[in-house]
Amino acid sequence: MHLDLNTIWFILVGVLFTGYAMLDGFDLGIGALQLFTNKDEERRVLLNSIGPVWDGNEVWLVTAGGALFAAFPNVYATVFSGFYLAFYLLLAALIFRAVAIEFRSKQPMRWWRQMWDISFTGGSILSSLLMGVALGNIAWGIPIDANGEFAGTFFGLLRPYPLLVGVTTVALFMMHGAIYGVMKTEGALHNKLRVWTMRCIIFFVICAATTTMATLLYVPHMADRVRANPWLFSIALANMLAIANIPREFHHNRDWFAFLSSCGAIVTLMLLFGLNLFPNLLYSLPNPENSLNIYNAASSHKTLGIMLIIAGIGVPVVIAYTICIYWIFRGKVKLDRMSY
Amino acid sequence: MDVLTLSRIQFGGTIAFHYLYPPLSIGLGVMLVIMEAAWLKTKNPIYHQMARFWTKVFALTFAIGVATGIVMEFEFGTNWATYSRFVGDVFGSALAAEGIFAFFLESGFLAVLLFGWDKVGRKMHFFSTCMVCLGAHFSAVWIVVANSWMQTPAGYHIVGEGMHARAEVTDFWRVVFNPSSMDRLFHTICGAWQAGAFLVISVSAWYLLKKKHLIFARASLRVGLMVALIAAVLQIITGDSSARGVAKNQPAKLAAFEGLYTTTSNAPLVLLGYVDEKNQKIVGLEAPDMLTWLVYGGPNGVITGLNDIPPADRPPVSASFIFFHAMVGIGFATFAVAVLGWFYVWRGTISEKRWLLWILVISVLGPEIANQMGWFAAEVGRQPWLVWHELRTPAGLSAVVKANAVLSSLILFTFIYFLLFAVFIYLLNDKIQHGPHEDDLIPSGKLALPDELTKHK
Ligand code: HDD
Ligand code: HEM
Ligand code: HEM
Repeated sequence: MHLDLNTIWFILVGVLFTGYAMLDGFDLGIGALQLFTNKDEERRVLLNSIGPVWDGNEVWLVTAGGALFAAFPNVYATVFSGFYLAFYLLLAALIFRAVAIEFRSKQPMRWWRQMWDISFTGGSILSSLLMGVALGNIAWGIPIDANGEFAGTFFGLLRPYPLLVGVTTVALFMMHGAIYGVMKTEGALHNKLRVWTMRCIIFFVICAATTTMATLLYVPHMADRVRANPWLFSIALANMLAIANIPREFHHNRDWFAFLSSCGAIVTLMLLFGLNLFPNLLYSLPNPENSLNIYNAASSHKTLGIMLIIAGIGVPVVIAYTICIYWIFRGKVKLDRMSY
Repeated sequence: MDVLTLSRIQFGGTIAFHYLYPPLSIGLGVMLVIMEAAWLKTKNPIYHQMARFWTKVFALTFAIGVATGIVMEFEFGTNWATYSRFVGDVFGSALAAEGIFAFFLESGFLAVLLFGWDKVGRKMHFFSTCMVCLGAHFSAVWIVVANSWMQTPAGYHIVGEGMHARAEVTDFWRVVFNPSSMDRLFHTICGAWQAGAFLVISVSAWYLLKKKHLIFARASLRVGLMVALIAAVLQIITGDSSARGVAKNQPAKLAAFEGLYTTTSNAPLVLLGYVDEKNQKIVGLEAPDMLTWLVYGGPNGVITGLNDIPPADRPPVSASFIFFHAMVGIGFATFAVAVLGWFYVWRGTISEKRWLLWILVISVLGPEIANQMGWFAAEVGRQPWLVWHELRTPAGLSAVVKANAVLSSLILFTFIYFLLFAVFIYLLNDKIQHGPHEDDLIPSGKLALPDELTKHK
């Protein structure tokens, strides 16, 4: 594997989606947990723990979408038109959750807050689930015809394996969010969150183990590259260690390290996924020759080059001020007049 | 209905709804920068109070802009997949650049703008406000460049044939500076400034009518009117230049805008009227030779009429005509309102002119409607092309999406958007009724004025 422009863009698109999973993952998780407490004050604290950052996190998805469109337009076109209804459901879920954050605390009525809390939690869980289902389908392989068009149906996307990946994604984000919540809160809510975090970890470990087994048994091509290059097993090992390290750090009250471990788990999972998928972007089943890969789905070299320059200028700046902003809002959440 | 019609309704509807909010965010962004700059410079707390109040309104429009924007990002792929394959090489870069340069900037510094009042100093806060405003302008830059390329493509060549034909970039800078992009960009931004300025004007006029928050209202009204007047003047200048661009690059569109059927060297300008499509003529008030003058700056020059354009290449005439004239009409009206407003502010009698205050209250609708009409004119006038003279609209559809699927998403999103709109109006009204916060007149924490200033007083 040598590093041509197409490969670089495969990596960059992967980085964007991984960044999205790592960052928006915790605020989707906080969303999924919002209804677990019924105290208004505690719900506000949860909401404000992600208040300043959730929008920036979501931009990772928007940019990943844009980068996919620019670098691999055929994939963008095939996936989004093929998964049409699933994507509109995802968009609806993302909309409800976005506006719920903004609207919830703007009125004092109980029914008003309850309504937006439900839409926040519902939207967060549904969007995590659907993203996982999409990922599961891409891992499994989707029917693609000779023109590179999707040849399946909406219900065909809801097979057990993709659904399992969907549930695992929800579990992962809930765990990730719960740990983030522990870092940002204090007092009674903090203690409650510690209990939830342990439950989420158990839930996630069960899901992850099941998914791993199912993958090895039913989706063997998703392990091809690792099987062929045994040294790559170190990544799988790193993934397992990262997951195992979460409860350990947590037990020692090193919440920040637990969170880092959870990030590590996400990164290694995405890395394994990307490594085994490469050089395909959409694996075609039952006709592997119709797969869309980094060459037959890509834009011209000229465009990939231009985009690399754009990314080279833009991304460092983005990372720099993103870090500044997380720094400005570090520490435990305190409610004030400007809070949600 | 077929997939084509449904997809067009859905795309037009969702982008039109999205476009209710970005102009407000861009325009209010400018207002916030001015207000905070005035506060930094004069240290007069009224400007602090203004910035705080308008920030809350900004947060509301921004939230809905973000929520509806995500839909747009993916809608090219869901409904116009063939188009996406065709233009991805050219168009995708602009979208990706928008994410990297614009949305990250906006959303990142928005956090400081909204929640950072007590966490950072005044200068840092002002800087963040500037960055949010800059980010909002950047997103207009990239998306308008992308759209303008569809109107007046440049810097590309076509490779492949039939189903597999696609546009590839040959010259990036010609893609960015295609023949219409700069005219349309400046014109769009002026439209956004007007939208923000007239919102401020409208709310301030309402307070003056209700005799509430008077000091706040007068100060806000001045800032609003200043931006409105500048933007309204620039709007007409950039609009004129856009129209000349259309005449040169998209003659069929210009003919549709003006309902001009016969090619002529003394084309009239329609001031008021409608197109009688059956008899191919205009009914209404026309200024003789005016169109030729506006396009060529003199009496010599030929303007192509619709009769010399193949019927298959003609845009819908009446619709383009109405949208275009509505926009231009409103453009002159907002200019007149801004001038009147300044006149009475200068005379110092604006608070007594209740008729004018009422006009100012409803003036907020002007730019919003004109912005919508402008885009509808530009997009309908582009028909039947998706990419001018390269790709026809029906050819851009997704091959695998069925009418039922589009109908479902259309119904779902009609419902969601009506709900969003109702909640938006409800919350906006609520904020306006509450008015500015008294505490904001005495900034505290990191924003407090330096000791020596307060001691002197
Ligand atoms: C506040 C909003 C607003 C106002 C008052 C006006 N416009 Fe406008 N106009 C727009 C907002 C707008 C817009 C929404 O920004 C459009 C849509 C597409 C574009 O590029 O800008 C537009 C498009 C647009 C186009 C079509 C460009 C194209 O299709 O490529 C022309 C020729 C004009 N305008 C001309 C004018 C003139 C002569 C005006 C006289 C006062 C005017 N506009 C007022
Ligand atoms: C922001 C304000 C905009 C409005 C109000 C608007 C409005 C519309 C409308 C009404 C249609 C349907 C046209 C018809 O059926 O005759 C349409 C179509 C379309 N517009 Fe726009 N548009 C806007 C901006 C944009 C931008 C910025 C882009 C591209 C970046 C764009 C790309 C398209 C595409 C791809 C279609 C579908 C094909 C077609 O029917 O022409 N639009 N738009
Ligand atoms: C002239 C037309 C457009 C302008 C000027 C514009 C501008 C903006 C602005 C200023 C925002 C920030 C949120 C807000 O302030 O409301 C925004 C949000 C957004 N717009 Fe548009 N937009 C236009 C059309 C489109 C189109 C056609 C697309 C689809 C490609 C799009 C995609 C988005 C996305 C994805 C967001 C969310 C960004 C975030 O999460 O911060 N916009 N747009």
